Amino acid sequence: MDILTWTYILVGLSFTLYIGIAIWSRAGSTKEFYVAGGGVSPLANGMATAADWMSAASFISMAGIISFAGYDGSVYLMGWTGGYVLLALLLAPYLRKFGKFTVPDFVGDRYYSNTAKVVAVICALFISFTYVAGQMRGVGIVFSRYLEVPIEWGVVIGMCIVFFYAVLGGMKGITYTQVAQYCVLIFAYMVPAIFVSMQLTGNPIPQLGLGGEVADGTALLDKLDGVLAELGFAEYTAGRKGMMDVFMITLALMVGTAGLPHVIVRFFTVPKVKDARLSAGYALVFIAILYTTAPAIAAFGIYNAINSTSEKEISSLPVWVSNWQKTNLIAVDDKNGDGKIQYVADPATNELTIDRDIMVLASPEIAELPNWVVGLVAAGAMAAALSTAAGLLLVISTSVSRDLFKTFRPDISEKKELRIARIAAAGAVLLAGYFGVNPPGFVAQVVAFAFGLAAASFFPVIIMGIFSSRINKEGAIAGMISGLIFTLAYIIYFKFISPEMNTADHWWFGVSPEGIGTIGMFLNFLVCIVVSRFTPAPPQSVQDMIQEIRIPRGAGKAVDH
Amino acid sequence: MANDPGKMKAYWRKNLKTLFFLLLIWFLVSFGFGILWVEELNQIHLGGFKLGFWFAQQGSIYAFVVLIFIYVYRMNKLDKEFDVNEE
Repeated sequence: MDILTWTYILVGLSFTLYIGIAIWSRAGSTKEFYVAGGGVSPLANGMATAADWMSAASFISMAGIISFAGYDGSVYLMGWTGGYVLLALLLAPYLRKFGKFTVPDFVGDRYYSNTAKVVAVICALFISFTYVAGQMRGVGIVFSRYLEVPIEWGVVIGMCIVFFYAVLGGMKGITYTQVAQYCVLIFAYMVPAIFVSMQLTGNPIPQLGLGGEVADGTALLDKLDGVLAELGFAEYTAGRKGMMDVFMITLALMVGTAGLPHVIVRFFTVPKVKDARLSAGYALVFIAILYTTAPAIAAFGIYNAINSTSEKEISSLPVWVSNWQKTNLIAVDDKNGDGKIQYVADPATNELTIDRDIMVLASPEIAELPNWVVGLVAAGAMAAALSTAAGLLLVISTSVSRDLFKTFRPDISEKKELRIARIAAAGAVLLAGYFGVNPPGFVAQVVAFAFGLAAASFFPVIIMGIFSSRINKEGAIAGMISGLIFTLAYIIYFKFISPEMNTADHWWFGVSPEGIGTIGMFLNFLVCIVVSRFTPAPPQSVQDMIQEIRIPRGAGKAVDH
Repeated sequence: MANDPGKMKAYWRKNLKTLFFLLLIWFLVSFGFGILWVEELNQIHLGGFKLGFWFAQQGSIYAFVVLIFIYVYRMNKLDKEFDVNEE
């Protein structure tokens, strides 16, 4: 059977599975819709969190980014995993004990203020929307590439699927579909990686293969350093960004991860405080499987790509090169007309351009694996894109129905609230779909900044809300606003107003816009502490609540009080 | 226990001590070994890896996983010791 048939079969099977799960786990109450009734086991929740977390970008692009960035790619590897340590140790257990449904819920109660809550809702919506628009585009690209339909149709198909199980099932539906999606995506990611690792290094475990030896007995990474240096590139294992910048970006990504509302809300779905801690551990195990494999795929990919093309006759290139040339992901241009490919650092004489997405997408073909593996990778990429989009849409609909609508109309019935949540989810799907089809130019750039914004807005006020009983509403509001505005202004200035200034010479302290969220976070902390010092302490009821969330006993299930 | 402030304080202090210790390791394996001292560690080889590079792309992630499970174990024990665990 050919690749397209296999793709249709495997993608079709996986979709049937997701829809079946969605029907089986339909939400009947607001509690089920928002937090899956608070009855998800830590293991299942960990898996769902992992699927929610790993987007189409993690699945398709991350390995490729590392291929070309080498050591500098570590910022994503450490940044997107290290945040779970902060989440597990500093946030998840306490927020679970607090026992409501959303991050703005916590901010509103802890800072005894609807203003603080509304500021938090705006931050949450802003972060989630920038993130989800990028995801929808990702869904469209994945569909169009594998099913050979136009991107617009890809987005529409993706919207229909997400609409179906997010609107019908709410958190409950999403959680159990994400468990299935995790299994599909990790299987699809690992199979080609294992085969490529075997072929190159003889070790079936990619994580070990990365440190293994190639056929001539030299270590793969040393060989790669040498090959790249010979072609005029920087060594693979050496850094190119400034150390300060690497440090700041990594910290911004870590803290941002811990501050993303769609990740935090996951820990409201487990029955106990104990489970919230454990669940973060499981989530990181499932994430780490992919994140420790990615650098191996990255190194294998670039090594294979150079080996099979550099100084080779253009007429006798392997089949996968010409296959991917059709999709413009590989471009060959014989500038000096010698009939061979020169892949070199100097753009004036370089004859080969490779899109970073190739490293994952083409890996089954490079390793000459059977066609069904290609179909499997397609199903995996779609699972990654859909699960993340669904998780984000739920946060958006919850923010609207619960944090905004219910705050100002506290007396609405549960049935009505549930209906509003569903309408909000439907509205969010349509809006996200619109942005998927007509992406505003800035979407792709902005997604990466959602982390900086989350780091600069949510993280400090949640942490201090738990670990300090002196921080008050004035401090929290001032902190969130100053952190958000500072970070946003820095990003907008360097990315949109004066992009020509966006070089290390002009950055403050050598920190790029990607890493500025770290400074925004420190600013938030500082403003929050100083303002709180000069304004009255929180009332006794809030002091008691803080003492209460610090101990696990008496958590009960997430309740609507 | 909520109405025994002394015991509550002791529990919280032990909790903070655990957090401090674990976050120190968290900082060390990622920002320390993977970023600040990466050049120095790259002089040492671990199989086919330079050690600093290994920490940045592999080791730190393994350490993160282990840290969370140590935390879970320590806190469960602490909760029981201070009788604040969930039934």
